[in-house]
Amino acid sequence: MSLRSRRALHFAAGIWALLPAVSPAAAVPRTYTIVIEKMKFGPVPAQLRKGDAIIWMNQDFLRHSATAADHSFDVDLKPGAKAKTVLNKSGAIAFVCRYHPGMRGVLRVQ
Amino acid sequence: MKLTIALISAASILTFSGQANAADAPTDPQIAHIAYTAGNLDIAAGKQALARSHDKTVRAFAQEMVRDHQAVNDKALALVKKLHVTPEDNATSKGLTKAADATRSKLSHLNGRAFDKAYIENEVAYHKTVNGALEGTLIPSAKNGELKSLLETGLNLFREHQAHAEQVARAFK
Repeated sequence: MSLRSRRALHFAAGIWALLPAVSPAAAVPRTYTIVIEKMKFGPVPAQLRKGDAIIWMNQDFLRHSATAADHSFDVDLKPGAKAKTVLNKSGAIAFVCRYHPGMRGVLRVQ
Repeated sequence: MKLTIALISAASILTFSGQANAADAPTDPQIAHIAYTAGNLDIAAGKQALARSHDKTVRAFAQEMVRDHQAVNDKALALVKKLHVTPEDNATSKGLTKAADATRSKLSHLNGRAFDKAYIENEVAYHKTVNGALEGTLIPSAKNGELKSLLETGLNLFREHQAHAEQVARAFK
């Protein structure tokens, strides 16, 4: 290996060492879908992580919402509508349909 | 009180239907008519509340009733059109309408808190009665899968309405 090549290699290694230690899995946020149907929220995904996204899909003919108790998200969903929210904090996030408060669930974000 | 008598009449109409044997079970066109009528009557009650009540929680409840029952009835109309079913008037629908007319007339003479209390208590009783009929008679009797599914969604919705009405009614005890 030439001196020039060795210097380039050392430079690249130095740059790599400066990058934050991030695992490949954590670097890729995932997107999940929660379907609302027959006046019920569908199953809540397990092992949610901060940065993941939820697509709320209202397949009812009624208007619903997905409203977080801690105000971290609030999407209004007309019949057939869908909306995306990104989970920007970890912990247990209780959510409810503000039009039908009996419809509720909890997202557990790691 | 005459209002109570009207409620008991409505309950009796649907209780009678609930006791009918298989041979007397309502047909799909009759079920569609009963469900649509029940929804329309609650829309009318909600509109009456919106015209007379100044209470924030009562008005929010009434708006919910008008919005949700209209959505269910729109869906029901689209379904019967798709299925080429003509809703068939029947004794239960007539009885429900008669009882609701009597209740609406009585409520029209009340104002303020007296109106709010009577309206919301009627909503509790009405949803309890209709939900019992849906669960015990209308859903089990429905033959068409799409009609049955719509009624099941309706029952989930109306249980939610009943719980909401009970919650609002507690403030008027």
